[in-house]
Amino acid sequence: MANLTLLQALNDGMKTAMRQDDSVVLFGEDVGLRGGVFLTTEGIQQEFGSERCFDTPLSEDGIVGAAIGMAMNGLRPIAEIQFQDFIFPGFDQIVSEAAKLRYRSGSQYTCPLVIRTPYGGGIRGGLYHSQSGEAYFCHTAGLKVVIPSTPHDAKGLLIASIEDPDPVLFLEPKALYRSVKGEVPEGHYTVDLTTIREVRPGKDVTVFCYGAMVPIAAKAAEQAAEKGIEVNVLDLRTLLPLDEDGVLEYAKRTGRVVVVHEAPRFCGFGGEISAIIAENAIEYMEAPIARVTGFDTPFPNTLEHHYLPDDRRVLDAIEHVHAF
Amino acid sequence: MTNAAISPRILDAEGKLCGADPELDKGLLRELFVHMMRVRCVDQRMLKLQRAGRVGFVGSMLGLEAAMIGSAAALEGRDWMWSGLREGGAALMRGLPLSEYIAQMYCNSNDTAKGRQMCNHLQHAASHYPSWSSVIGTQITHGVGAALAAKRRGLDEVHAVYFGDGATSSNGFHSGLNFAAVWKVRCVFLCVDNGWAISVPSKAQTAAPYVDKGKAYGMLAHEVDGNDVLATYQATKSLVERARAESEPALLVLKTYRMLGHSSSDDPSLYRDQAEVDEWAARDPIKRYAGYLTGLGVLGAGEQEEIEAKLLEEIDDEIRTQEAADPMALKTLVEDVYAEVPRHLRRQYNAFIEVAERHGEARPGDGAFPL
Amino acid sequence: MTMSEPLSVIAPDGATNGYDPGLSEAELLHCYRTMLRVRAFDEICLKLQRSGRIGFSIPNLGIEGTQVGAASAFEKSDWLFPSYRDFGMALYHGITPLEMMHNMYGNAQDTAKGRQMPVHFSFDKPIRFVSISSPIGTHIPQAVGAAYASKLRGEDTVMLASFGDGGTSSLGFHSGLNFAGVWKAPVVFLCQNNGWAISCPVEEQTSSDGFAIKAEAYGMPGVVVDGNDVLAVRKTMLEAVERARSGGGPTLVECKTFRMGGHSTSDDPSRYVPAEQREEWEKKDPVLRFERFLEASGMWKAKDKEPMYSEALDEMSAAASEAEAVPKPGLESIFTDVYAELPPHLRRQGQELFELGKRKGDAAAGDGEFPL
Ligand SMILES: Cc1ncc(C[n+]2csc(CCOP(=O)(O)OP(=O)(O)O)c2C)c(N)n1
Ligand SMILES: Cc1ncc(C[n+]2csc(CCOP(=O)(O)OP(=O)(O)O)c2C)c(N)n1
Ligand SMILES: [Mg+2]
Ligand SMILES: [Mg+2]
Repeated sequence: MANLTLLQALNDGMKTAMRQDDSVVLFGEDVGLRGGVFLTTEGIQQEFGSERCFDTPLSEDGIVGAAIGMAMNGLRPIAEIQFQDFIFPGFDQIVSEAAKLRYRSGSQYTCPLVIRTPYGGGIRGGLYHSQSGEAYFCHTAGLKVVIPSTPHDAKGLLIASIEDPDPVLFLEPKALYRSVKGEVPEGHYTVDLTTIREVRPGKDVTVFCYGAMVPIAAKAAEQAAEKGIEVNVLDLRTLLPLDEDGVLEYAKRTGRVVVVHEAPRFCGFGGEISAIIAENAIEYMEAPIARVTGFDTPFPNTLEHHYLPDDRRVLDAIEHVHAF
Repeated sequence: MTNAAISPRILDAEGKLCGADPELDKGLLRELFVHMMRVRCVDQRMLKLQRAGRVGFVGSMLGLEAAMIGSAAALEGRDWMWSGLREGGAALMRGLPLSEYIAQMYCNSNDTAKGRQMCNHLQHAASHYPSWSSVIGTQITHGVGAALAAKRRGLDEVHAVYFGDGATSSNGFHSGLNFAAVWKVRCVFLCVDNGWAISVPSKAQTAAPYVDKGKAYGMLAHEVDGNDVLATYQATKSLVERARAESEPALLVLKTYRMLGHSSSDDPSLYRDQAEVDEWAARDPIKRYAGYLTGLGVLGAGEQEEIEAKLLEEIDDEIRTQEAADPMALKTLVEDVYAEVPRHLRRQYNAFIEVAERHGEARPGDGAFPL
Repeated sequence: MTMSEPLSVIAPDGATNGYDPGLSEAELLHCYRTMLRVRAFDEICLKLQRSGRIGFSIPNLGIEGTQVGAASAFEKSDWLFPSYRDFGMALYHGITPLEMMHNMYGNAQDTAKGRQMPVHFSFDKPIRFVSISSPIGTHIPQAVGAAYASKLRGEDTVMLASFGDGGTSSLGFHSGLNFAGVWKAPVVFLCQNNGWAISCPVEEQTSSDGFAIKAEAYGMPGVVVDGNDVLAVRKTMLEAVERARSGGGPTLVECKTFRMGGHSTSDDPSRYVPAEQREEWEKKDPVLRFERFLEASGMWKAKDKEPMYSEALDEMSAAASEAEAVPKPGLESIFTDVYAELPPHLRRQGQELFELGKRKGDAAAGDGEFPL
């Protein structure tokens, strides 16, 4: 066990996978000598050489498209997109190609690849260095969407994603890169995709969240506990395919649900969680489902701390559904 | 950058040698002809089936036989072909069984793509012919990535990446050629300039000659007469060999002409002059090549008709077989989305099949997934 | 069509070999002063960032010649579609340091109302300096569309699309130049080849022989120019602008220059830029180069520099202090400008936020209400 930041755990995860399997290659903008703009890939080119860890020209379309071809021809690519905000030139390749290749070819061709990218706010990045675009991707059958929130999960989920037979979009909460630390096992291990992690038990209110919202929800839960409300906090970890049974199970336990994400609300992932519960467990609900989310606006800069859900807003929603 | 010796044209419109004699083996010369004829016959039959309402959509290959056969014949078995809509005829030559070709047109239960694609979206894994999506230009970067994978794995296979004149404006073209040149991978980019991108003439697609686009990537580029099977073959061969030996990509522009509409759903008379079509008809790749072969004594009198009749018979037999095949199983609706069918898709399918069963529309084997 | 040797005008001794830039002494001194002001803005912003007063800045050090030379070729009625490294052009055209500092602080006076990162300016006078977007290359086809619109509307406005060496790999570059070639749009493409795209050197960006040659793929002329020679840049850009204005279509101009600072204040270039490369370019300083010309022409003396530069520093510091005193944008600025009118769902979301602030007694300064 080592005590690592989430960023170090990701770095360790990549190195572990690359040591384990020669076919794993890592590339993107500035991932080589510089070690990535966040230093997530620091030391990897030094250890594995520029054949296995290399920079590309400035084209996300090229990065994702080439990753698909590599995966089709025997490599296990990890493609880094510098910021999730810059993934859109590669959106076509992700949505039209990676996600659909298996289906359209009847599994003759597949592309096991991982696209890693930092997402989310909290670094004063304004409109284009802060977005949470998970909903665009969760609407895409054939893709898997994974978001860790702890160092342990970051490494285990990343290795599981690299070993997965299907394309995985691995969204890294950049706000947590250095702000969370935790015990991380040495060497190889995986955390199963499509499993929910119980962050905190509680019998009164259920909070579903993921990524950078997990510590926020946990903090709000602590404050709620002081007020006598026991909150069950759940980290969804894999958004697609989602552990729907798990969601229903936890929702039924308290009958009072809050969903938290920093992405905008309209057509956001919280809407899907709410719909699944409404369709399958409405009779267990004691209160309307509450969503605490970013606003339906582009992401601001100076006022980003108001845009992002914080413990105040989460606690407010918890109290609201609890009192209902 | 080495400059491979490339003749832009070897046969004139009558099929007389006007460039360096490639001195090809007569067996090969004849084979190329049969392959070109097969392309034409398949095309003709598919269009007929489409008119008769048996298949939904055809992207005609008429006029493009030399471009696709000449170029693909220059590849080795281990090489890959990344193509678009119109190279299915070349896939047949490289190993795609006719049965699978026609099954794909029918989207029946023998279709390896399980009826999920539109008609005319072929694939054949064994001969390295990946499935194309309909999105223009997306296959270009795939070919480049696959070529990099081959290089990293120590394989010397060449990746032939096909696309049209219209596709040179796509994202994939720009990223693909740029990445290929920076990475020095074994890719030969074959730009089939067939004069049109649906109704946009290739002259209006860009203000530069297509062959000049190589300069933007520091890539060797050539242009040849794509209706001249020998020039196409020779040029491709030389660039493929260079790619294999030197691990350097190249761009080859094949000037040719799409004789029919963009697809069976298109009426080209809305946007182009018959005079232009007639002009190109005079440069027909098969007629021209037949002239050459006849002069050489490789093709005797009446042989072309014999070849044609035999090919048509083969095709018609296969059409009958595929007509009779079962439709695709319903479970394929949710299979192959992921390696395993996830629970939410099983549940969605089970709810769907329950309704189908109630209406008596399900067949044996269509039943529910275990949850 | 494409020259591969960069054009230069100012010789080492300051002579210009008969070239007349067509600028008065006052205009030439304006160019020079702008170069110093660019440098001063840079220096002050770096200090502000290091001391935590602003979050981020993008250095212009080393590219002042390209900035000023290029800007000087445009009229106030033309439009600039800049990249984030182009504030020198804004200063040249009379946008004030204070306006720029409002953006650096993201305060209530910022034209972008604090929504963008610093250096992502948006101005519409005295010249259109179009709102900068961080995704690389997206503005290139926009400039082409704007140029085509001006052509279709019978105006003689010319558009500038400015981007870096890295920007040439973007999708916007490919579509933008292709469309411009087909449409013969009145646009000038300025590729500022400053050697690096963050840590990616130009050799890894593309295998082409420089960047100007890429013009040939789109049927337009491509010209390479010494980007540290302000007059050579002006000459080339002016020709391209005139060509565009007179209906001759687009041009791609490559300015060979060097990014002397980091990519941004968050970058440490010593991790990847070889020291020898930096030293080599230090000798080619565009300001020193221009000074030799001015001195040879008798317009300037070495002793003038110090007071001019400290004046520029004072100007920038004063602007920074003034901007720093301006409050943050009000909370309602989160919700406005998403659409022309505030839609009901955003009004509701805003009201909830304001009410929460009031209920918890921690409403921030300027947190308001929507105007009715
Ligand atoms: C990205 C994208 N845009 C538009 C289309 C619609 N479309 C299908 S084929 C085609 C023209 C393609 O022309 P070209 O590349 O010259 O190939 P050709 O059909 O001539 O073989 C268009 C516009 C598409 N399939 N994909
Ligand atoms: C689409 C996109 N991908 C990645 C980035 C991250 N990024 C910001 S600047 C930059 C390098 C740009 O280099 P260049 O075009 O040469 O301009 P320079 O910074 O040198 O002026 C990168 C990769 C981005 N902003 N947009
Ligand atoms: Mg075409
Ligand atoms: Mg640059």
